[in-house]
Amino acid sequence: MSAVQPTVRLENVTRAFTNGGRTVYPLKGISLQIHPGEFVALVGKSGSGKTTLLRLLAGIDSPNSGTLSVAGTRTVVFQEPRLVQSMKVWQNVALGLPRGESSRNAAHEALTAVGLDGFAMKWPATLSGGEAQRVALARALVRKPHLLLLDEPFGALDALTRLQMQSLVGRLCSQFKPATLIVTHDVDEAILLADRVLVLREGEFSLEITINIQHPRPFGGPVFSEIRRKLLRELGVETESGSHHEIVK
Amino acid sequence: MAISHMSRYRRANRLVLPMLILAVWTWLAGTSVLPEGTLPTPAEVLRQWQSLWMSDDLLGNILTSLQRSFVGLMIGASIGFGLGLFSGLSRLGEELIDAPLQMMRAVPFVALIPLFILWFGIGETPKIIIIALATYYPMYVNTASGVRNVDRKTVECARVFDVRGFRLLRQVLLPLSLPSILTGLRLSLIISVLALVVAEQINAQSGIGFLLVRATSYGQSYTVFACVALYAIAGLFADLIVRLVERLALRWRSGVAVR
Repeated sequence: MSAVQPTVRLENVTRAFTNGGRTVYPLKGISLQIHPGEFVALVGKSGSGKTTLLRLLAGIDSPNSGTLSVAGTRTVVFQEPRLVQSMKVWQNVALGLPRGESSRNAAHEALTAVGLDGFAMKWPATLSGGEAQRVALARALVRKPHLLLLDEPFGALDALTRLQMQSLVGRLCSQFKPATLIVTHDVDEAILLADRVLVLREGEFSLEITINIQHPRPFGGPVFSEIRRKLLRELGVETESGSHHEIVK
Repeated sequence: MAISHMSRYRRANRLVLPMLILAVWTWLAGTSVLPEGTLPTPAEVLRQWQSLWMSDDLLGNILTSLQRSFVGLMIGASIGFGLGLFSGLSRLGEELIDAPLQMMRAVPFVALIPLFILWFGIGETPKIIIIALATYYPMYVNTASGVRNVDRKTVECARVFDVRGFRLLRQVLLPLSLPSILTGLRLSLIISVLALVVAEQINAQSGIGFLLVRATSYGQSYTVFACVALYAIAGLFADLIVRLVERLALRWRSGVAVR
């Protein structure tokens, strides 16, 4: 592929959990590279190993075998905002940064970038779900990550807020250019945002689609629909065009 | 506007029951239902305080009692806090100290008083140890459970953002467990007043308890009443202090509590 060093390199990574004498394999020897500035979406049904993979990349968990390397800083936006309730909004954004004026300024800039200027001195408990999630996004962006991990970040938001957040994330990612991995079960979201969509099924990648639609992407259109149909079929969902694939257990 | 009105009503609500008790007390003491000299009126208690102030150095005795209670509480609460942190932060800590503490807890501190007199005599030491022994436990339990119950997901997230070790404790774990720790402090404070009463029954030469014991042996029911009322006031102030600390330290929770 390209000569640039990939930000993420996974080779033959396996993760197994043993529970009550039974061993399950959320990840069965997967390989993956993500390059700087690339936006990758990972879709799959629940239990397919998506979150396990994200936790490995975040450094929260480690693989049983295989090699995993992440170059540079990585940050995560989780499904829940996970803000520290006892810190003001700007302190949450500056979480883990060195103390001082520059961190404070950086936090304010990041809040402006996610459209929350004027929220710096609020307490997290007073925010709406969408606002709290934008704070979490600002906290992830303020460290200028080389790898941005998004774990179903809009899953808990209402439909309108989700649309706003999707376009915000799309805009910010094309502006800051981190390598990005979004875990989602929303196929439309994946097509809207990603350069490449991977389907994870029973611990292995079962489909990879590169998406070449120009940004910002309109919802719908023949190419969009074709990709959507392919992805849904891979996930075992029948669409109106009527192929009667057996739903995978 | 509406909110501030409401909180003003709330504050007034807190006074309803004490006022009612005071009224019933005044009425009971004023009628001849009870034998003469059983129950002084609130005014007579005030007058009793005045005469104790003049003749028996009431202020000095109050200060002595406060000091005992404070020193004992500081020692007890610090130990409880330290052990609670250890037990709440590490499984090893919990395994090592939780069971022994529960055992010690089952021994009533009052039962140890004769032993303490034998070991430490009748000076200040046994009194302070009794108060410390009575107060460490609520602080221990609430600190340990507060730290243990901090949202795991938030902690995991802080770790991802490189907040670890002592910084994690100071910036995340302690602030988030503060509500529980302050509940422990409140209970310990109230118990410190209780323990003070017991501790001062052992050969005290000064303090409220000394006045109380002496008045009892002379059958001076009004002085006994005046001393008991002082303990009640001490309990009230203990509660007020913690409420104030809570309001200052837990501003992030204001308007969030479900009530």
